[in-house]
Amino acid sequence: MLGEGILKGMVETARNFFGSYRSRERLVTVQYPEERLPMKENARNFPFLVYDGVDAEKGLRCVACKICEKECPPQCIYIILERDEKGKPQKHPKVFDIDLSVCMSCQICVEVCPFDAIKMDTEFELSCADRFGGLLVHKPQLAKSNEYYHQLHPADAEEVDARLAAEKAKAEAKAKAAVAPSTAKPPSVPRPTPAK
Amino acid sequence: MATTIDQVFVNLKLWAVGLFPAAWQPLVSALLSIIAIIGVFATLFAITTILERKGLGRIQNRYGPNRVGPCGILQPMADGIKAIIKEDVVPRSADKLVHFLAPVVLVAPVFLVYSVLPVGRNMTPLDLDAGVLFFFAIGATTELAVFMAGWASHNKYSLLGAMRAIAQMISYEVPLLLSTVPVIMAVGSLSTVRIVAAQTGYVGWLPRWFVFTPWGLAGFILFVIAATAESNRSPFDLPEGESEIIAGYFIEYSGFKFALFFLGEYLGLFAVSGLAITLFLGGWSAPLSFLTWIPSWVWFFAKLLAMIGAFIWVRGTVPRLRMDQLMNFAWKFMLPMALINILAVAVWRYLPAGFWRWPACAGVVWLPYLALGRGLAGSKRVTKRVYRYAA
Amino acid sequence: MQWAFNIVAVLTLLSAAAALSLRNLVHCALCLAGALGGLAVLFLQLNAQFVGLAQILVYVGAVAILVVFAILLTRGADFSKQPALSPSWVVGAGVAVLVLGSLVAAIRTMTATGVLPSAPPLVAVRDIGARLMAEYVLPLEVVGLLLTVALIGGVVIALQEKRR
Repeated sequence: MLGEGILKGMVETARNFFGSYRSRERLVTVQYPEERLPMKENARNFPFLVYDGVDAEKGLRCVACKICEKECPPQCIYIILERDEKGKPQKHPKVFDIDLSVCMSCQICVEVCPFDAIKMDTEFELSCADRFGGLLVHKPQLAKSNEYYHQLHPADAEEVDARLAAEKAKAEAKAKAAVAPSTAKPPSVPRPTPAK
Repeated sequence: MATTIDQVFVNLKLWAVGLFPAAWQPLVSALLSIIAIIGVFATLFAITTILERKGLGRIQNRYGPNRVGPCGILQPMADGIKAIIKEDVVPRSADKLVHFLAPVVLVAPVFLVYSVLPVGRNMTPLDLDAGVLFFFAIGATTELAVFMAGWASHNKYSLLGAMRAIAQMISYEVPLLLSTVPVIMAVGSLSTVRIVAAQTGYVGWLPRWFVFTPWGLAGFILFVIAATAESNRSPFDLPEGESEIIAGYFIEYSGFKFALFFLGEYLGLFAVSGLAITLFLGGWSAPLSFLTWIPSWVWFFAKLLAMIGAFIWVRGTVPRLRMDQLMNFAWKFMLPMALINILAVAVWRYLPAGFWRWPACAGVVWLPYLALGRGLAGSKRVTKRVYRYAA
Repeated sequence: MQWAFNIVAVLTLLSAAAALSLRNLVHCALCLAGALGGLAVLFLQLNAQFVGLAQILVYVGAVAILVVFAILLTRGADFSKQPALSPSWVVGAGVAVLVLGSLVAAIRTMTATGVLPSAPPLVAVRDIGARLMAEYVLPLEVVGLLLTVALIGGVVIALQEKRR
């Protein structure tokens, strides 16, 4: 009969209408600012710098080797090496800026970093009123603790920590072996091999 | 007491008019009616937008707007402020004057149409002898406004939308007018006030609305379908089908002019709903005889809100028609049924009152309906769709 | 209500003049619709409700749309570079003079000229309907038949084009 299908459809939509008031399972919408979905472990959007310990400035793993700066496809990273009064490089970035409006979240900086110093963040609420200055983030904002990294990507962080610890142990063993012939050389920062 | 509340607006207006000198009184009376119509129905528009968005949301298992104010009830205000402060963009190649005039020409007649609707006992702003004719005559001018908007925008989508809109409105105006003819034949008057008066009595508890007669039910359904098409609402929203021609004839309008088009569309919907209530649902009369103590205007607006709810429900259910389906439906189903319905009311009128005219009249409507339905669906067999390549 | 009449009359005349003289055909059609609407308002002012409303329903609602469609389907809305007067204006003027002459002659021979009734008679729509259905039922049916023939003719023309 003509119009039967429409009536069936009307019953269905009416069931949806009243059902959405009766059972909350029907409403799949996540009310975003108040409730959030848990972040997936592999989520990423913009890079940050990892530091060990409590002092963000001293514990920074970055040695300002500028590999990420060179590799960055949209060239959103800007690094200046720190030098002491005599002009000797300090293996520490004086300036480390990332322009988030340019960054394309490709993670290449993370891939190339030999020191596991730069990792991907999951923070996405970055809107600000100033689209030029506000999205150009500097070293203090970029530096985040290793614990924070553990929270974001626990599995990756464990692996990185284990690798760094192994490398450190290896370097110390090497240094001990080297101490015997010449004590003049101060124990330097471990020279790690590039990550596989 | 009940009568006092029922007539409170009438007396208020009489008192306000009485404050002015006699020479001014007709003008003041007209102005007061105009202010009341604009105020009430513009507010109803605001309420409807939020109701529609919430209702459609719930039909689709969403929340709908719930951010502005408690439960989102202030959303219409936010929308209104947004529409007013937005920049008004006029395309460079547009016909400036016609582009400007179109929304005005669209909205003004729509407001005019309300003047013949009886919203309560003694509450008809303009009791015309040819009220129903007035309604349709003024309503017909909106087609010109739609054309003006579509043509002046100088945009192919808007012109397409205008063409679709006009073709659709002209096609559905025929069944719309013809479906009102049975009521006019039964009452013997074109005056909306007299049509309502003819439906005010009760049989026992039950009202004597025309929708409770076989021809009235058929006429009501036909009228509502044609009214849906006439006010460009889903499933007949081809003129502005978002997925096809973006926004149809008002694609090049922004800011407040866009809001005016929106307003005109919804006010047109309220107007035809109001006419449907007047013609078939007994106007302002109460649905059961022991409920007459509730003021008449409450009943009118309750029925209007119920009609709006039904329109929202239909919009949430039925998908958009194709152009040929639309035209076939108008000319091959609506028009014959409307004509047969006129025959049915003649049968009703000339058979003696009693039990037998019910099945006779119902048969006159029902059998052609079955035959038409079978004829329209006949060649096509609806089966479950089989996909050849997708698993 | 003299001032209302004056305003409407001036507007009607102005839009009629514009309909004749504007260059853009769609503008002309819209002005024509305005003039027809103005005429309808004049009818309404004379308490001729049925005629006025039928004028709006038929002329503004249907004929104006038909004209507009015809313009768009045949020539488009191009701004033609023709002179304001078409070459055959002499013929047109002749026809206009003829029509005016016959109208004037008809009015002059009318017996009721100059005798204004004290108040315009209020004709109810019901009376018009009753007259149409009783006294003038034959002309009404003939007109209905004519329109049906036109409708069928239109359908036939449309069908032939489709079949080819």
